[in-house]
Amino acid sequence: MEDSEKKAPSVIDRYFTRWYRTDLKGKVCEDHCILQHSNRICVITLAESHPILQNGRKIKNINYQISDGCSRLNNKVSGKSKRGGQFLTEFSPLCRITCTDEQEYTIFSCIRGRLLEVNEAILNKPDLLLEKPSTEGYVAVILPKFEESKSITEGLLTREQYEEVLMKRNQQEEPC
Amino acid sequence: MLYVILLSMLSLKEKDRPVVRKLLCAGCCVRCVLRFCCVGISSAYRRSYQDIHKELLAFVIEENSPSDDVKTDEPPNKRIRVEEDCVTPAETETETDSDICPVCLGVLQDFCDSTFAKQVSDAVKKQQYEFDSLVLTVSLPAQLSVREHSCWLHVKKEVREKSMCLGKDDVIQVKDAFKWAVQGKIGQELGAAVLANSPCEVSVGFVHPETEEDCHFLANTCPGCFKPTKNKASIFTRMAVVKALEKISDEKFSKHYPCPPKKPNTGCTALDTTCLHTSVFIAGRYNKFSRELPQTPWVIDGERRMDGSVEELIAAPLLSSFRADGFNFSSSGREDVDVRTLGNGRPFALELLNPHRSKFNRTEIKQLQETINQSSDKISVRYLQIVTREATSRMKEGEEEKTKTYSALIWTQKAIEDTDLEFLGNIKDLKIAQKTPLRVLHRRPLAVRQRLIHSMSAVYLDTHHFTLKLCTQAGTYIKEFVHGDFGRTKPNLCDLMKTEADILELDVESVDIDWPPAIPD
Repeated sequence: MEDSEKKAPSVIDRYFTRWYRTDLKGKVCEDHCILQHSNRICVITLAESHPILQNGRKIKNINYQISDGCSRLNNKVSGKSKRGGQFLTEFSPLCRITCTDEQEYTIFSCIRGRLLEVNEAILNKPDLLLEKPSTEGYVAVILPKFEESKSITEGLLTREQYEEVLMKRNQQEEPC
Repeated sequence: MLYVILLSMLSLKEKDRPVVRKLLCAGCCVRCVLRFCCVGISSAYRRSYQDIHKELLAFVIEENSPSDDVKTDEPPNKRIRVEEDCVTPAETETETDSDICPVCLGVLQDFCDSTFAKQVSDAVKKQQYEFDSLVLTVSLPAQLSVREHSCWLHVKKEVREKSMCLGKDDVIQVKDAFKWAVQGKIGQELGAAVLANSPCEVSVGFVHPETEEDCHFLANTCPGCFKPTKNKASIFTRMAVVKALEKISDEKFSKHYPCPPKKPNTGCTALDTTCLHTSVFIAGRYNKFSRELPQTPWVIDGERRMDGSVEELIAAPLLSSFRADGFNFSSSGREDVDVRTLGNGRPFALELLNPHRSKFNRTEIKQLQETINQSSDKISVRYLQIVTREATSRMKEGEEEKTKTYSALIWTQKAIEDTDLEFLGNIKDLKIAQKTPLRVLHRRPLAVRQRLIHSMSAVYLDTHHFTLKLCTQAGTYIKEFVHGDFGRTKPNLCDLMKTEADILELDVESVDIDWPPAIPD
């Protein structure tokens, strides 16, 4: 068992780069993880330090209806060029997640790009988000503009920088 | 007596006489005269310019004496003066001193002799094609159609007075007259037959900058015909001009353009002769033994990743033997850079562009296959053969219905035993739904595709590894079936085995397409 955990890099390690955005919109510990594929496509997930994933919390509801007029579930793309996808900026909300303790969290796009899909599987099985936050529990897939595929990650933290942030938080012993 | 012989040699008829006169008066060259007399005998155009000229003159003058008695509306001395002016313009020094034909702009004058044929042949020889036949194509300046139209209206007037008619389609085209005059000479020089369906195309072209503005008035009379298109320098393409001329009324045309057309000062200039041999298609099956070799050159941000590619390794010896300008590679599906293709290989076809040599016998092709196989141990090729363009479509036909078999090295997070794998062998025709994998989503539409895993079998290796053999519908993404692609392929191997699983190595064992036909050793 032991050596299997160390074993070969995972799919994410092989093809994706991990980027992070911490304390989104000033809300402490609301960290997001952006997995960027070498083909520039990005998968938005919760970072492992996100409050939703702490202390055995449970999810009551996930809502992709981010305003009266806009639901991410209505997003449709067609063709190779993915025409028709909703265009997102860094602070575009993707969904709102309410935990059983009535705490509500907003998940953000974190990067500019065209929304390709949101994960509908987590609507029926919210536990996916808790059990496999970085794979099957992803939130959305976003295609950055070709010319922005390098610059969109400029404001993001690398894995190392993210780990430093976590270390500092632990030293300050602030509860997340 | 002489008169009768002349008529038969150029096959001119009595009714043509006024037309010939009218055209000569307008300064037309002798081959244009024959064209407007609808002489459809190619040998007439092949004769030397001087010979035709001499005979036409005789034909016109012969008529004078008998017709003098009939036509009394003009004083005889005046007619003779006109005749001299028209028939021998070079000697009488009229206002334009050029003797360039206003209709063909010299194409049927200066470019129909053996000098030009030699010039074209030499240009072809220089390119060292190996061929036994050729087809000549001619590209003429667009304004030639305007001048042709003008001349046709001019002649039509005359003909109508004699209550005859002349359809535009009956007039021999400049193109055809030119080919009749010169293509035999070119063929002779090159020792090749001139055939309409020859794969080897010799192209000559002419331009005439002086008269380019001839077409411009058509843009006002028929603006709909001239739409700017990509890749075209001018809106006045031959097709557009011909279309506009079909629509314009005779009156309107005459208002904007002189009939007959004005004489130019210069003749056409010939463009460089070009040659183009139709593509040769070569098919076969290839194996790929390397996990570090892409099928086609792998370029990211303009930078080359990894050296070489399957297509380049196959194409290099073929390009040099066929002396082709380039190639297009296609195959029945493709494998990732880190995937091997074993077994009987994957069908492919290679289009060789503009091959300078195209005839190879079986032994020579066999040798070429040997050369490819000697050049690298990363690939090998079998059943190499020349095929038709049509046959290559068989490779893509029913690509989706065909089956492919694979062998994959699988890692499981959970420790496994031999018996944990047995159930995989019992699964038959498993329906899976695959969203377009993230790894190709940037260049393919997002869709959910239903695919069938026909059968599987597993060979246990150790507590975390086994080999999975799969037989699937073509178009199934195997890697995604194994690791699930963020749950976007359902069900996936992780679901079936209730553990995280990953694919470490993948081989294509067979591509079940029966083309190209096997060639026994």
